[in-house]
Amino acid sequence: MLTALARKLGGMLTVMFLVATMVFFLTRLAPGDPAALMLGDQASEADIAQLRRTYGLDQPVVVQYGLWLKEVLSGNLGQSIFLQRPVLTAIAERAEPTFFLALFSILIASLIGIPAGIVSAVWRGGRSDQAVSAGAMLAASIPSFWLGLLFIQFFSVRLGWFPVAGYGDPGAGLGQRLYHLILPATVLGIVNSALITRFTRASMLDVLSEDYVRTARAKGLSEARIVLRHALGNALVPIITVVGLTAALLVGGAIITETVFGLPGIGNLVVSAVLRRDYPVIQGALIVIAGIYVIINFAIDVIYSLVDPRVKT
Amino acid sequence: MDRAALALFFRRLFRRKLVLFAFVVLATIVLVALFAPLVAPYSPTGMRVANRLKPPGALNWLGTDEFGRDVLSRIIYGGRASLGIGMAVVVCSMLAGTTLGLLAGYFRALDALIMRGVDAMMSLPDILLAIFLVAVLGASAGNVVLALAIVYTPRVVRVVRGSTLVVRELPFVEAARTLGVSTWRILTRHILLNVASPILVQATFIFAYAVLAEAGLSFLGAGVPPEIPTWGTMIAAGQQFADRAVWVVLFPGLAIVLSALSLQLLGDGLRDMLDPRLRKAL
Repeated sequence: MLTALARKLGGMLTVMFLVATMVFFLTRLAPGDPAALMLGDQASEADIAQLRRTYGLDQPVVVQYGLWLKEVLSGNLGQSIFLQRPVLTAIAERAEPTFFLALFSILIASLIGIPAGIVSAVWRGGRSDQAVSAGAMLAASIPSFWLGLLFIQFFSVRLGWFPVAGYGDPGAGLGQRLYHLILPATVLGIVNSALITRFTRASMLDVLSEDYVRTARAKGLSEARIVLRHALGNALVPIITVVGLTAALLVGGAIITETVFGLPGIGNLVVSAVLRRDYPVIQGALIVIAGIYVIINFAIDVIYSLVDPRVKT
Repeated sequence: MDRAALALFFRRLFRRKLVLFAFVVLATIVLVALFAPLVAPYSPTGMRVANRLKPPGALNWLGTDEFGRDVLSRIIYGGRASLGIGMAVVVCSMLAGTTLGLLAGYFRALDALIMRGVDAMMSLPDILLAIFLVAVLGASAGNVVLALAIVYTPRVVRVVRGSTLVVRELPFVEAARTLGVSTWRILTRHILLNVASPILVQATFIFAYAVLAEAGLSFLGAGVPPEIPTWGTMIAAGQQFADRAVWVVLFPGLAIVLSALSLQLLGDGLRDMLDPRLRKAL
């Protein structure tokens, strides 16, 4: 098993290397001289040339790539052009709202998706199954920013139950900050419940046709016990996988929701970096987000092989 | 395909009422967008400031926006851009994804290389990768298509490669190879035709995702320039008036939901019909 994990680890490092490479060269395709951009309109030719030398921008692209990769490997993602601080610091400062938003959304998505998936698998082909399938598809067809705008109009502006936007005043307590996340997490949870619903349904259907479920029925166990203990217990591994992967994608996928609700998270950081062409921040955020995804993926593989002895990773 | 086969295809596809319904809705949306000048009650750009932010009524069925433009007419014209971009994304990602997927599935030497690239791209959330690509390429309708095509190509590659790996080992491919049929012909005739159904299913889903993603990009200001009416730019422009005139946001969003939903229902119906394993299970 150790060799299998080592191979996985190798694959994971390859993927990260490819992401870094892709991000670096794509950024170089962008129009405009980063040095000129950094200094603004007032800069003289000499200043720009000076800065180009400082950042190694006068070197051939391949050399620049090598230097950059060395820095990234030593944990330095560079300096933000506009924020006057290291990219990693900027990301760390914005991590909290994004982390809690992703956590709550995945909780809500699971609370919707797992029961819905179980119901539709147990009564397969029936009305409730069709209703759940249609509901899941509807959830996956709703633009999150549109639902967010409507929720703000209804729950915040009209009913006044929730704050319209933001993450509380500076110095607001944790409870106050988390209160600001209820509406955005609900929106994101609804929109992301579809995949979990479908996965739960599929893996429950697989398990429900197994011999041991038939045995449990023959023993005369109650249907509820069969479904919730025997079937769900065995279907849980693939369900946890999809929940984990959805959570990983949510870290970056929350971009739009953070923008609608004015949350100062990583997604918001990326959007403003894109609009200001702050390339070091964009590059850094992409690498961090891909890293989180790859690590969660790897963790799921490890858990898989620990939980299920049949899985040979 | 001859007419009888086509009739059978549709009869089987529409066995589920919901799929038929989705098809009718989608066809209506597409036709209305296609014949926009004939259908739209007003010009999509005609401004009448005296008439601004009027609620839905007899003259303007879906109300007017902040410049007094008719929301319904803008949704009808906006559908051209939104659906056009979605369609273009589907065509581009299908072409690139099918080619790469066939190569990865058929030639073992290329497999690892292509699939690692696919893994790398799929480790980034769709919208994040898209907004990065648009930022690099510059915001225009063409670049939005290019960016979204790049984002969705890996999905197609995975599906096509998976099916190719299976079909490659089937006896008729073996036979063709033994008979000395060229690799190119085996790939284009024998394998491509047999992996066509998962590609078709994938195409409908990508169409839905692309319509949603285009709207998201436009909303973030990293998509189609705001002066072009698309469903996404309409919502983006309307959000600051949402407290006074919720219809400027509500109706373009409904157009997106309706299109994405009917595309996904249709894709689901196609999958049920074309996947023999599922058909047996149903």
